[in-house]
Amino acid sequence: MKLKGAQIIIESLHKEGVEVMFGYPGGVVIPIFHYLFDAPFRFILSRHEQGAVHAADGYARATGKPGVVIATSGPGATNLVTGIATANMDSIPLVIFTGQVSTETIGNDAFQEADVTGITRPITKHNYLVNDVKDLPRVIKEAFHIATTGRPGPVLIDVPVNISNAETEFEYPDRVNLRSYKPVYEGHAGQIKKACKLIEQAKRPVVYAGGGVVISNAFEELREFIKKTGIPITTTLLGLGIYPETDPLSLEMLGMHGTYYANHAVHESDLLIAIGARFDDRVTGKITEFIPDAKVIHIDIDPASVSKSVQVDVPIVGNAKNVLKEMNKIVNAPSIDEWISHLDKMKKENPLTYVDSDASIKPQYVVEKIYELTKGDAIICTEVGQNQMWAAQFYKYTNPRTFISSGGLGTMGFGFPAAIGAQLGRPDKRVIDIAGDGSIQMNIQEMIVAVQHRLPVIIAILNNGFLGMVRQWQQLFYDKRYSHTCINCQPDFVKLAEAYGAVGIRIDRKDDVIPAIEKALSITDTPILLDFHVDREENVYPMVPAGKSVKEIIMRELA
Amino acid sequence: MSQHVISIQVENKFGVLARVAGLFSARGYNIDSLAVSETEIEDVSVMTVVVRGDDRIIEQVKKQLNKLVDIIKVTDHSQVNSVQREVVLAKVQATPQKRAEVYQLAEIFKAEIVDISLKTMTIEVVGEPERVENFIELLRPYRIKELIRTGRVSMIKE
Repeated sequence: MKLKGAQIIIESLHKEGVEVMFGYPGGVVIPIFHYLFDAPFRFILSRHEQGAVHAADGYARATGKPGVVIATSGPGATNLVTGIATANMDSIPLVIFTGQVSTETIGNDAFQEADVTGITRPITKHNYLVNDVKDLPRVIKEAFHIATTGRPGPVLIDVPVNISNAETEFEYPDRVNLRSYKPVYEGHAGQIKKACKLIEQAKRPVVYAGGGVVISNAFEELREFIKKTGIPITTTLLGLGIYPETDPLSLEMLGMHGTYYANHAVHESDLLIAIGARFDDRVTGKITEFIPDAKVIHIDIDPASVSKSVQVDVPIVGNAKNVLKEMNKIVNAPSIDEWISHLDKMKKENPLTYVDSDASIKPQYVVEKIYELTKGDAIICTEVGQNQMWAAQFYKYTNPRTFISSGGLGTMGFGFPAAIGAQLGRPDKRVIDIAGDGSIQMNIQEMIVAVQHRLPVIIAILNNGFLGMVRQWQQLFYDKRYSHTCINCQPDFVKLAEAYGAVGIRIDRKDDVIPAIEKALSITDTPILLDFHVDREENVYPMVPAGKSVKEIIMRELA
Repeated sequence: MSQHVISIQVENKFGVLARVAGLFSARGYNIDSLAVSETEIEDVSVMTVVVRGDDRIIEQVKKQLNKLVDIIKVTDHSQVNSVQREVVLAKVQATPQKRAEVYQLAEIFKAEIVDISLKTMTIEVVGEPERVENFIELLRPYRIKELIRTGRVSMIKE
């Protein structure tokens, strides 16, 4: 059957099982939108292309399925760039379609022309410019394959308008044939044995697990591994939820704003077992002082992540799920009672805490109450900065895919559109965006999308009238010169929510925190914005200053 | 810091060179030379990259290259027995009085005089990297007006 390129896109997406697509129309994608009008899947119109790509990203993180996006050429495509880079840094599978001017005008500086494959080359896992409509089905098949396998990532397909309009015989391939792309899924048996031997002999082992465990759905295997070996575990920001933080063996999050005990456990360890984590600088701090005494086992699907910043003793390239499954068959528990009691003591002496107050609302208190009132069963999205760190610290994550945050790129404005995507993918869950008064303003226009689709996303603004994290650094390291971080000239967020047709509540007193959250949780058919006016100069602690070692950790406000 | 010759087999597709070049620039790896050509297989090209770095950097270069979807194979020719060649064109200042000297030098290196003018001689030399370097050094006293090199190509010996 002969189909137009535009129809081929819709048909191929249908065959890929796509349930929802996010996007925004424009000149050269009108042919595609012509057929999207009655597509057999849902289409969510954002109000800015950046909102569409973050929503697709949030959908992917919440469901484990690839997010699908479309935007027009030129500005439509360049508006996607931040979202693509965000997904790329955090290994999130996206398939992105961009329109392009027709093949004969490419390179002529045509209206709304931009070299989109050029611009996105370093921030995609792969990208395509389709020059022949006959290639389109194969390219789409490959794009989904590449985006979702190996170390996942965004794949962009740039479709010139004449390709959308050209006709060809349509047959969707059932398999891909890429000689140059064959990710390794099974860990090397010899390496696995070697790793297990090291584990059995370890005196002070720690598991450090990250987003790779989420991507490979290795939760059961990870829990079994911890149960079998009794080794304490810390997770990265993107790993929150892969192991219950309420479990005694959990050290919670490590890194710049991780717990005292997670950071010290890793520092004192004699064996670090990294699983699907990449030794990011926010985790290691000063790299030369990161793990002075530890051997390192590193399980990762991406060979390029192994021995990139830390020299690894036993690298195991493979998918975390498969590798852990094999390890669980043969691994024996080390004798580490002494180590465990040492860490228990450390935990008791240096808990994750804050100084509460009755005179003001502490942001940490708000996060704690959200945790309690949702019974830890919500999906928490965050923006970036202090709000993100408090959300990571004071909500205890017990289930995978319940914490959604831009880790690698640190994209402000990510959380709210991501929450919209997450809510669409998981209508059975309450989705809450823990935001700052700065970042929420970066994609506030997406509010109308949530209203239109009756999505009960809760936005909890920890409003301190500051770009708080930058202000914190200015306070601690830049002589308290709060250069352009005071943003107390701000809109009335309640009225703003109401203008969009959503519910808005302002909370100024501590006593009103719980009733407001309860009220929000009782509303199920429209977004709710909670504007918490919190203590303005509260800081995030602990803090390992950038480029410093864990020995220089700051635990609390210095007098 | 040692020099490595990395041979990259790639899909002969639009944009592959940009991907490879972009990877080097984005990650701050310095390319000493780069040569690209077709191969015996119609849809496969080969890039020979000479890059400088310590072992860890080179390991990263290879891994990052391998990650690119259009790259079929990455081989480090510095670690195997290989034939390496480069072509150089050098235009030197050579007045009639100096011609004989330059000509003699060219003879020794089996280089070819490919152009001659009243004031200059242009010489082509093909050879192993070290020989080529030596030749260039010996030409310097005659004042090299223009120098161009193809970049190294390399093939593993059987």
